[in-house]
Amino acid sequence: MYRYDKYDQAMVDTRVEEFRDQVRRRLEGKLDDDQFKPLRLKNGLYLQLHAYMLRVAIPYGTLNSAQMRALGAIARKYDRGYGHFTTRQNIQYNWIKLAEAPDLFADLAKVEMHAIQTSGESIRNISSDQYAGAAADELIDPRPWCEMLRQMTTFMPEFSYLPRKFKIAVIASAEDRAALRWHDFALRIVQNASGEIGFEVYAGGGMGRTPFIAYRIREFLPTSQLFSYLQAVLRVWNRHARRDNIHKQRMKILVHDLGQEEFTRQVEEAFEHFLSLAEDFPQAEYDRIAAYFAPPPFEQGLSDEIDLSDPAFAAWVDRQVIAHKAPGYAIANISLKPVGGIPGDISADQMDVVADLAERYSFDELRATHAQNLVLPHVRKADLHAVWQALVEAGLADANLDLVSDIIACPGLDYCSLANARSIPVAQKIAERFADPARQADVGELKIKISGCINACGHHHAGNIGILGVDRKGSESYQLLLGGSGDEVTTQAKIAGPGFDEDGIVDAVERAVEQYRTIREPGERFIDTYRRVGMDGFKEAIYG
Amino acid sequence: MAEPGNQAFPTSLRFRDDAAADEPSVSLDAFLDQGEADSVRIEAGEDVTVLFPHLDRVRLIEVDFPRFRDGRGFSTARMLREAGYTGELKATGDVLVDLIFFMRRCGFDSFAPDKPFDPADAEAALSRWDHVYVPAADDRVPIWKLRHG
Repeated sequence: MYRYDKYDQAMVDTRVEEFRDQVRRRLEGKLDDDQFKPLRLKNGLYLQLHAYMLRVAIPYGTLNSAQMRALGAIARKYDRGYGHFTTRQNIQYNWIKLAEAPDLFADLAKVEMHAIQTSGESIRNISSDQYAGAAADELIDPRPWCEMLRQMTTFMPEFSYLPRKFKIAVIASAEDRAALRWHDFALRIVQNASGEIGFEVYAGGGMGRTPFIAYRIREFLPTSQLFSYLQAVLRVWNRHARRDNIHKQRMKILVHDLGQEEFTRQVEEAFEHFLSLAEDFPQAEYDRIAAYFAPPPFEQGLSDEIDLSDPAFAAWVDRQVIAHKAPGYAIANISLKPVGGIPGDISADQMDVVADLAERYSFDELRATHAQNLVLPHVRKADLHAVWQALVEAGLADANLDLVSDIIACPGLDYCSLANARSIPVAQKIAERFADPARQADVGELKIKISGCINACGHHHAGNIGILGVDRKGSESYQLLLGGSGDEVTTQAKIAGPGFDEDGIVDAVERAVEQYRTIREPGERFIDTYRRVGMDGFKEAIYG
Repeated sequence: MAEPGNQAFPTSLRFRDDAAADEPSVSLDAFLDQGEADSVRIEAGEDVTVLFPHLDRVRLIEVDFPRFRDGRGFSTARMLREAGYTGELKATGDVLVDLIFFMRRCGFDSFAPDKPFDPADAEAALSRWDHVYVPAADDRVPIWKLRHG
């Protein structure tokens, strides 16, 4: 994986000192709260219901064991001994004190990490395929391009105060594991007819209160022109976005208002201009970065046999282990969704266990997923049993990847000052309702996503079953949505009908699941059945 | 407590050696109508490209920031420099000291903020960064070039 050189290190170190100075000026009263707010947001600090929340960037979801241990140490030193993995492959802490934040950032910088541009009106952490570098179906490893984008989008002077946040994803496979078209700007790495590598470009996606699925705005962008093209997109948006209503300022609104054709025309015009400036990065820089992502030294001649005589281990392998591109190796998913737990939460002690496993069994590499789980990307099949045993001891061996209890949920009203309703208790109740492993396995792949308000941090628009918490005359109410997806057939979930209270929504989810079991055809997942029969095939079963 | 206008809190910062324009700036519409003024003011949201054919007779362009979170002026400034404008480019309005490094990089060479900067804070903001990741309207060399000689 990528390692900082003296320049990268100087950039994060300087950022720590800049923020230390900003905090000092805030505490001395030189900066008022309005002025300080965007500065702290650009360093990942939100003011939540009870304390500051800090979001630390995990670039494209890749981290090593030293970084994971440092995240655990930060949880102990500055928080309450745990952290929360997010839907952008980042980690959040919920109980941070502002005066301590500069020291926390200095601790992060020591392990080549930061919280730069993880919130506010900025270009956010680049997200990618959690199986990058290990997946059998990828064209190339997308992470060198993610790292290239990380550096080129850090402190772009012209785009210091964008109209709103800007989210980028990059993948390199036909199967979409990163919800590409739900991003403001997304790249799929492809090969053209002459065998050249380039980008298929999508723009204008996003969730929030006005969801849009991104349009494809270019079939093939030569990789050497990425900086010019990205600047063109950002300039068109920065100049022409509305600035009068914070809810209408995301790029998706501009793309929608102008229309795909006109937006694309303006981008191409600006792109021509930027190309004429001849400011794109040298190929040598891509080569330098790509060298860090060379495949680890996989052993040759390993057996693909796994001893599955232990049924509990066999069940875990069946659910959590994915095919790896190297013979004798496997991708092992670690669930952060124990029944009754908080989706994405992990204790400092568990972080240490996972770090040890990565160091010993996975070439020192870990991944965070947008579904709020973790991945050991390169495990010898012969080591899977030892990994599983360690996970069992740490309480991390749930076998529920992509099942009904593998729920994405935002922090909701338990933490968030924007929320209308709690998300965590709903996730817990649904997971408890379907706790029986045999029942979950029978239901099969079913992605439930819960947001505590219309800002959609829990991705309810992309849920096979989505749940949206709303405030209805002063009490929490939940809308049920069906049919969303973040995969390569991206679809937006639709509201099924009137809302429910907290227990009612759990019953409604169960009725939807039972209807699916009744009408499914052999081999159909929940989303397949929904796509075949539509909302009409479910409505009566849910509402009677 | 120093007040605006005192030496300790200068009301403006200027990074040019030539004489400042002495005529007050006019609005973009007035500039295009009159054809005489040499100083023009651009409000957020105005299309700066209409000024491009006239840049050789302009000495001062003021770009207004109605709220510091309105970042349109950054694009306006950089586009003017990319179009070849070499005269004074002044950021006015709600300009905060934490923005001036990026503003300098976008081509601004003078500042007239509504609330004066503390000179020490301005100096710190402008000298803090030894390196930059990307090119802009200044002559700083991006890290991706430094790495490869």
